[in-house]
Amino acid sequence: MDTKTSITALDNVVVRFSGDSGDGMQLTGTLFSNLSAILGNEISTFPDFPAEIRAPQGTLGGVSGFQVHLGSSKVYTPGDQADVLVAMNPAALKVNAKSIKKMGVVIIDTDSFEKQDLEKAQFKTDNPFEELGLSDTVQIIPVPLTQLTKDSLADFGMDNKSVIRSKNMFALGVVCWLFNRPIDQAIHFLGNKFGKKPDLLKANVKVLTDGYNYGNNLHLNISTFVIDKSHSMPKGTYTSINGNKATAWGLIAAAEKAGLKLFLGSYPITPATDIMQELALRKDVGAMVVQVEDEISGVCTAIGAAFAGCLAATSTSGPGLSLKSEAIGLTTMAELPLVVIDVMRGGPSTGMPTKTEQTDLLQAIYGRNGESPIVVIAASSPADCFEFTYMASKIALEHMTPVILLSDTFLANGSSLWKLPKLADMPAITPHMVPAELKGTYNVAKRDENTKIRYWAIPGMEGFEHRNMGLERDNQTGSISTQPANHAIMTENRAQKIKNIIEVIPDVTVEGCADDAELLIVGWGSTKGHLMSAMTNLNAQGHKIALAHFNYIAPLPKNTADVLHKYPKVVVCELNTGQFATYLRSQVENVHLYQCNKVEGQPFNVSELEANFLEIINK
Amino acid sequence: MFTAKDFKSDQYVRFCPGCGDHAVVNSLQKAMAELGIAPHQTVVISGIGCSSRMPHYLSTYGFNTIHGRGAAIATGVKTSHPELTVWQMSGDGDCLAIGGNHFIHSLRRNVNLNIVLFNNQIYGLTKGQYSPTSKKGFVSKSSPYGTVERPFRPAELVFGARGTFFARALDVDIQTTVSSMVAAAKHKGAALVECLVNCIIFNNGAHGWIADKEHRADRMIVLEHGKPMIFGAERNKGLVLNGWNLKAVTIGENGITEKDILVHDAHCADDTLHKKLALMEGPELPIAMGVIRDVEEESYDEAVNRQIAEVQEKSKIHCFDDLVASCEKWEM
Repeated sequence: MDTKTSITALDNVVVRFSGDSGDGMQLTGTLFSNLSAILGNEISTFPDFPAEIRAPQGTLGGVSGFQVHLGSSKVYTPGDQADVLVAMNPAALKVNAKSIKKMGVVIIDTDSFEKQDLEKAQFKTDNPFEELGLSDTVQIIPVPLTQLTKDSLADFGMDNKSVIRSKNMFALGVVCWLFNRPIDQAIHFLGNKFGKKPDLLKANVKVLTDGYNYGNNLHLNISTFVIDKSHSMPKGTYTSINGNKATAWGLIAAAEKAGLKLFLGSYPITPATDIMQELALRKDVGAMVVQVEDEISGVCTAIGAAFAGCLAATSTSGPGLSLKSEAIGLTTMAELPLVVIDVMRGGPSTGMPTKTEQTDLLQAIYGRNGESPIVVIAASSPADCFEFTYMASKIALEHMTPVILLSDTFLANGSSLWKLPKLADMPAITPHMVPAELKGTYNVAKRDENTKIRYWAIPGMEGFEHRNMGLERDNQTGSISTQPANHAIMTENRAQKIKNIIEVIPDVTVEGCADDAELLIVGWGSTKGHLMSAMTNLNAQGHKIALAHFNYIAPLPKNTADVLHKYPKVVVCELNTGQFATYLRSQVENVHLYQCNKVEGQPFNVSELEANFLEIINK
Repeated sequence: MFTAKDFKSDQYVRFCPGCGDHAVVNSLQKAMAELGIAPHQTVVISGIGCSSRMPHYLSTYGFNTIHGRGAAIATGVKTSHPELTVWQMSGDGDCLAIGGNHFIHSLRRNVNLNIVLFNNQIYGLTKGQYSPTSKKGFVSKSSPYGTVERPFRPAELVFGARGTFFARALDVDIQTTVSSMVAAAKHKGAALVECLVNCIIFNNGAHGWIADKEHRADRMIVLEHGKPMIFGAERNKGLVLNGWNLKAVTIGENGITEKDILVHDAHCADDTLHKKLALMEGPELPIAMGVIRDVEEESYDEAVNRQIAEVQEKSKIHCFDDLVASCEKWEM
């Protein structure tokens, strides 16, 4: 007898896995996303977890979630509301109640919905769905996950704790059934993860398979889904990558292309730590990582390595960027190449360490003493963290300047498809080394007079010995100078060097109704997917909207003023109270900018953006 | 072969007339010549303060950085390029106040740096405030009624951070300063030379008790590894153990012979006696000079580079393209 009542074909679907922070939701979500990607879907993921490593079990504060958006085209974001929610306990159901689509599917572990579980999640009755007003608006698949997992592993002789820990695989099995996903590939992934622990691998495969078969044998009046392969992605070989890993790999690629050693000085800080950890693992390609005593030492060891001739970087988040400010100023004065990666999080101060925000922008552009212009670049998807880290390195090495690369929690932990690059296809990186003819006459002030880029000489080179410093130097001799006119010249040299970078960065592109938009959306950094989705949706409804999304922040692309002046209405959207808008007003004359801001530690929702844009259009 | 002149830069030395730093520059240039490492293979890193002006007066590669961060910047230079000889010039404020964290961690990691700590017990460049090594009760512009703080004794920090090398020298004692610097450079690991420097403007005579030429030989002892701990103008004074403590004795009195005098073992892993020696104070005991501790252990920079080489030797991934090829991938 065919147990599946129907199969629904969808363009895209949003699935959210949610449970205790010890329930393995991140692993389950990652496996399901990668499985979907291998089957040809576009994916975008967003893990959302608490700062506590193991918050009290079953409580609202301990809920850890992983959302994946998969589809056959135009998957720009991890999605707003979920079509399918896996809730491992009542707390997970409660936290996500508002994020479930009407008539969405909710899979629950009935064994974790007992009286005491409901109390922990502060439910007052024994019917959580009714209490949340969901009884008539969702389709429930009740599964006694804990008991079924125990039954599945009855013959494995495992301790009770390990058995219960495997129930996420049962849930994954049910979800694979729901989406008509063959589980062979999932088993292959598990093999990669648990290959060195054969007993654990066998147990996980058994539970996964039993979960799938359980779904198959359910006599439920629920449709399963199929999602077609994507046809909009350029042909090629892909993997799924998160922003932090892409950032780390961008540094690796840039160092190899430039022919330099890669050095990272860093101190653990959420959500940037994974960059350091990924590079610490990559000694095979020669990455040198020093985990130092504090944030200041992180940047200072990197400055030392840059002085000695490395591609040097430091990775941090907002509070760490504050601590590094003085040393970044030294790099500006010393005119050394340095990549500073700031993975932004909720602020100010310690703020919300695991949440996402774009609130470090003005600190990155201006946060140093004195006139100290530097380069600021922002990545806009997990995968393009690779490209923009590579470009940040290229600009640092070719223009002898610190470059701040802005990422954020959303990019760092989220993942998207990444078309695998070849180093040979990537743009050349030519560090601005001193020409041989300056041997014997070189000093720290020597620069290319056209581009104003200082020449780099590194210890070990005979005849180029020099003294660098944080003090002002004479523009000719390189010696310490407090001479007034000289300070003005040097200030101008440093400013002009940064301004000249406009010549090598691309123009900002305008997408959507570029010719006749009634509203131009302006964004920067990680919000690109959400802005793109909102624009696409509204244009499909007949509106005329365009999007200019910025990756190069300081200096701004050459065509910035033209783009901002071209459209009758311009709205700047960002996850802060208006920092980019403030910056644009200071850089471009006579612009009127609407603002769309959110400071909740969460990404935009596409629906809230659409509502906001419609309101502006109708003003 | 080099002479001290080969390490002089074209810059006019701007220390105050009579400042002890003049002597230390000269000693450093002599030590560099004696070591025979070329200027282009030598890097001198400093922070901020009078002592941190040092790189400008040397013909080597130099970087006069920001306050307190010399140790961290020097760690980056040395770890990434262990083939370079890296010196760090610092003062009691730069090294022990604002830079204290980097200082203890560079010692703990045992980064192969030659650190010269100019200890004049004062902030000179900001015109006379008390420092972390100023004596309790010291009157300065920021302690007009005398400081109420207990000072650091640099040696204790070095031993507390598990430092592998500690030497001490007086600015005007060129011979001991040069030999201590040379020994520091030859030591594999973090080496601290505490230079007792006179600030003639704001703290003149801080080290007067031993700087006094007339009594210097009786008030300080220059330690040498493997040699008995003998001092004094007439070389008839020595150190012996009296229970847990050190005691100064006179050879020939109370039946003491040279055989009773302790022999200095700078290579002893246990730092108990090194600490006792380093903390000796007058008038009962002489101030210890020269190399007090010099213990061999793998340096940080060596270990970091060794580990990378070991992983590379075993790995199948050698470059970025290999790395990309190694990841879970699929065709779309």
